[in-house]
Amino acid sequence: MREKELEKLKDYKYGFSTDIENFKAPKGLNEDVIKFISNIKKEPKWLLDWRLKAYNRVKVLKEPNWQKPKYPKIDYQDLYYYSAPKSFKEKPKSLDELDPKLIETYNKLGIPLNEQKRLNGIAVDAVFDSVSVATTFKDTLTEKGIIFCSISEAIQKHPDLVKKYLGSVIPITDHYFATLNSAVFTDGSFVYIPPGVRCPMELSTYFRINASDTGQFERTLIIADKGSYVSYLEGCTAPMRDENQLHAANVELIALDDAEIKYSTVQNWYPGDKDGKGGIYNFVTKRGLCKGKNSKISWTQVETGSAITWKYPSCILQGDNSVGEFYSIAITNNHQKADTGTKMIHLGKNTKSKIISKGISAGFSDMTYRGLVDISPKSSNSSNYTQCDSLLMGNKCGAHTIPYIKNKNANSNIAHEATTSKISDEQLHYCQQRGLNSEEAVSLIVNGFCKEVLQQLPMEFAVEAQKLVGISLEGSVG
Amino acid sequence: MENFKTDFKKTLKNNNLSEKEIAFKNLNAKEFSSHGFPNRKDEDWKFSDINQIIKKEIGELNFYNEQLKKIEIDKDILLNEIEHNKLFFVNGQLVQIDFNSEDKGKIEFLDNQNNIDEQLADNSLINLNNALSNKSYKLLIKKNYQIKKPLIIYHTTKSELKSQSINFKINFVLEENSSLKLIDFVKDKGNKNFINIFYNFSLEKNSILKNYKIDQFENDNIRYMFNNIKQSSNSVSETFYLSKGSTFSKNEIFCDLKGEHSSAFVNGIFSLNKSKHHEIKAKINHLVENTKSYQLVKSVLENKSRSVYQGKIYVDSKAQKTDGYQLSKAILVDETTEFNAKPELEIYADDVKCSHGSASGSLDENSIFYLMSRGLSYKEARELLINGFLVEVINQITDESIKKLIKNLYGLKNEY
Repeated sequence: MREKELEKLKDYKYGFSTDIENFKAPKGLNEDVIKFISNIKKEPKWLLDWRLKAYNRVKVLKEPNWQKPKYPKIDYQDLYYYSAPKSFKEKPKSLDELDPKLIETYNKLGIPLNEQKRLNGIAVDAVFDSVSVATTFKDTLTEKGIIFCSISEAIQKHPDLVKKYLGSVIPITDHYFATLNSAVFTDGSFVYIPPGVRCPMELSTYFRINASDTGQFERTLIIADKGSYVSYLEGCTAPMRDENQLHAANVELIALDDAEIKYSTVQNWYPGDKDGKGGIYNFVTKRGLCKGKNSKISWTQVETGSAITWKYPSCILQGDNSVGEFYSIAITNNHQKADTGTKMIHLGKNTKSKIISKGISAGFSDMTYRGLVDISPKSSNSSNYTQCDSLLMGNKCGAHTIPYIKNKNANSNIAHEATTSKISDEQLHYCQQRGLNSEEAVSLIVNGFCKEVLQQLPMEFAVEAQKLVGISLEGSVG
Repeated sequence: MENFKTDFKKTLKNNNLSEKEIAFKNLNAKEFSSHGFPNRKDEDWKFSDINQIIKKEIGELNFYNEQLKKIEIDKDILLNEIEHNKLFFVNGQLVQIDFNSEDKGKIEFLDNQNNIDEQLADNSLINLNNALSNKSYKLLIKKNYQIKKPLIIYHTTKSELKSQSINFKINFVLEENSSLKLIDFVKDKGNKNFINIFYNFSLEKNSILKNYKIDQFENDNIRYMFNNIKQSSNSVSETFYLSKGSTFSKNEIFCDLKGEHSSAFVNGIFSLNKSKHHEIKAKINHLVENTKSYQLVKSVLENKSRSVYQGKIYVDSKAQKTDGYQLSKAILVDETTEFNAKPELEIYADDVKCSHGSASGSLDENSIFYLMSRGLSYKEARELLINGFLVEVINQITDESIKKLIKNLYGLKNEY
């Protein structure tokens, strides 16, 4: 039974594509395409101007090239920047009007959009290529005053909030991919938690790239008002295709006084085949701003997919006594490459940050932890603790640690630790002696290695992530 | 850059150079003029923008170093506590060679070596050194000879010297089973010069190199020292930095562990005040199995000073059973100081033990309280804690007499 299950999961099980008629913007990146996107979403003029301003900067910016995983040049003119199921030309008003093919796709992915079928209390915003197709549990959330919808809807219904916060953490003057996203972003999620409200359920977005030659540029904006709390999950998959696809999302979090945001990602984009053909380029900008006093932002990520993962979820600790946390597991196998880590920028007094990063590389892959801890002169009594451990399997892969540590304040402490090792023969022998086969033994040891991070994930996700960790490493030890 | 071009022409004209040397110098000069001094956009100089620092501290540099006929050695510079061999450099010019304590024929010192590297360096300061340095020097320690007394290289400048760029290069070859104890002793009278020194070490089988660099005395110079070390099997290199006196200093070490069971140790102390800015950058390349490296760097920073530590352990996919360790610690004594670190690991082999740690913070108030409650004054308590913190690094020195010398120079009592 167990063997059978493993066999089934051996390949990327989300690798199917849905045959659905698409409605696309013309290929290429230019002002007309941006106007097209803005027009189709019936956006106000200020947003179009904002997009165009960003686009003008993209034209003069250069792609960054300091990262470890190099990739072939992306032809930005050969991409579709907008793709939506044809049935979305007129947005369906309820689930009943939704194209059954779409519902089926999400059922296959294990994300039923029908609320009655859901057992666990998670509200989902499902994003398919460039548009959000459905958001569940809306009524329950509205009762509490929580806004959870697609960002396009928020632009229509809550323009003041969007205008106030959009680009306040990732401005249009940021790096290349973030600015590109500002110019052409299509959809994404918007969350606003009113003061003093503790969000009663996990909020979740599920991203799916389906169309080929399409770049996915979504934008997520989460605002936790004074004294509120929200836990947000993000999952993603894509069909198996031979070409590389670009995913350049921006995620902005804003926590006001006493608010807390917990952001968890299980990233399982298509990683490419065994020879490194195809797969997603996951170049994402995620940044959280602890704007108010006593606020807290916590990032948890499990990165198993993508051909190249290149992202640094960061915290800007502006408010006094604010807290930033980063928990990460990054697993690379075959020809996958990852360059990931975090930035903790301490600006307020008594700010604290914690970084736990676990990297595992196998096959021919390359894993880099790159992080910045910067304590500014005014941020007294602040502290940081960083731990990054790497595990190597075989001598064809690489594991690298590149931390940047800047301490400009005498009353603040920074501690950093890193180790690199392999699974010792003693550990394997011990497990095998007790009846586990070698793969089960590796999976057990790796899960133990990752435990500190896995336990940060919400329950349902933790189970899934644990399985994912096992599957990703399949066949890496013989 | 105009200055550089005219001074470089003068340098070419006034030295006796072969055609090959001229070609090599031209190549390096071209490389340097296209890059200029490194700035913060270069990843290796991210924390220490030497281009800015030279502009601010020195302004225009003279690149042509006139060779003087007669230079006297200031006797007060000599270290009399310890018997030693000498190489005495004044204003970048070698004025005294003394190997009287050693057996004849076991050591060879040559001062007219062709100054050509096999490869063009990817480092514009090395390019500058190659373009401007005269003939290079070579010190050869012959097979099975262990040097009896340490060799002290004196780096001094005359008080008249100003805004001058000084460049020279020494190649050291340690043949099988040989050993060398080398002290670089910096004592400047000149101010606001840029001093750029390049050492190549070739360590053959079973050889031992101990290099201690002492920059203890207050001076206004900008200093760059590069140690390039190639190690064969069973060889050991030990490098120690006392980084204190100069306005700016960057010590770089690039070490290839090419033979099995070779090992490299890098230890350093930053003890800085008065807006000084010092850096140690170490790159250790583990290229074969069973090699070991150990790095320990500690800083005590006061009064607007800043220290930087960039350490990198590279492990090739062939280099199984590597043991690599890095630790950097800093005490920021007051609000105006800054500590930057980039401890890097780049690892391609799985059966290795590599780790690094970095910690920075203020003096521990509880410890001060503990000591004061036992009758020490605040000042004494502070001094005791700082000295205790730094002495751990000095105690890594494996040569007892040199350890004592350095403790004396630094002003530590022997009981530490």
